[in-house]
Amino acid sequence: MKLKLLLFGVTKDIIGQSFYEIEVEEGAVVRDLKAALISRYPRFTDLASLMIAVNNQYAADEVILQHSDEIALIPPVSGG
Amino acid sequence: MIEITDQPPDPQHLINLVSSDGAGAINTFIGTVREQTKGKRVIKLEYEAYEVMAVAEMQKIVDLARERWPIEKVAIHHRTGELMVGDLAVVIAVSTPHRLASFQACQFIIDTLKQTVPIWKKEVFEDGEVWVAAHP
Repeated sequence: MKLKLLLFGVTKDIIGQSFYEIEVEEGAVVRDLKAALISRYPRFTDLASLMIAVNNQYAADEVILQHSDEIALIPPVSGG
Repeated sequence: MIEITDQPPDPQHLINLVSSDGAGAINTFIGTVREQTKGKRVIKLEYEAYEVMAVAEMQKIVDLARERWPIEKVAIHHRTGELMVGDLAVVIAVSTPHRLASFQACQFIIDTLKQTVPIWKKEVFEDGEVWVAAHP
């Protein structure tokens, strides 16, 4: 299934765009998505952290992803 | 009020918003753009936010603060876009019946905001740029 990702901060620079589509297995969880990203873009391993937000909530590694989810890559935040 | 916009925050406006007859204290935090980081001169900062989630995360912080302190009102305005040295990046105002809680709640809100709210800043130097905190 295809997932649409919103990219922010340094993740935009790593992938080179603000949106990204990635193909994952049906039933994939957050952990699988992270692994797929790292295998395509090894620079993700250089980050201090990489969180995934699913439908505007921080998502644990076990959360199952759906095609319709709003998924965002959340590199280390630095507001304030 | 919780707001993320590319417009400059107006501290007096936030103070007015949290004014309350039950409050004996209003505490404000103002985050500003510093001219240097680790000795390097900063030309500007570029802030971006995942706005819907950032507002939701800020609301969670306010809810947590309300569980811990007797808060009358809270207002938060975070700015996005291009900011120059001296510009205001964030303003937080908290009103409480007594002063100690206003200090503590305001500090909790800014400290937690910096840890959990999906907002990012890029420092632009004369010879390059860096997303703050992205790399260990």
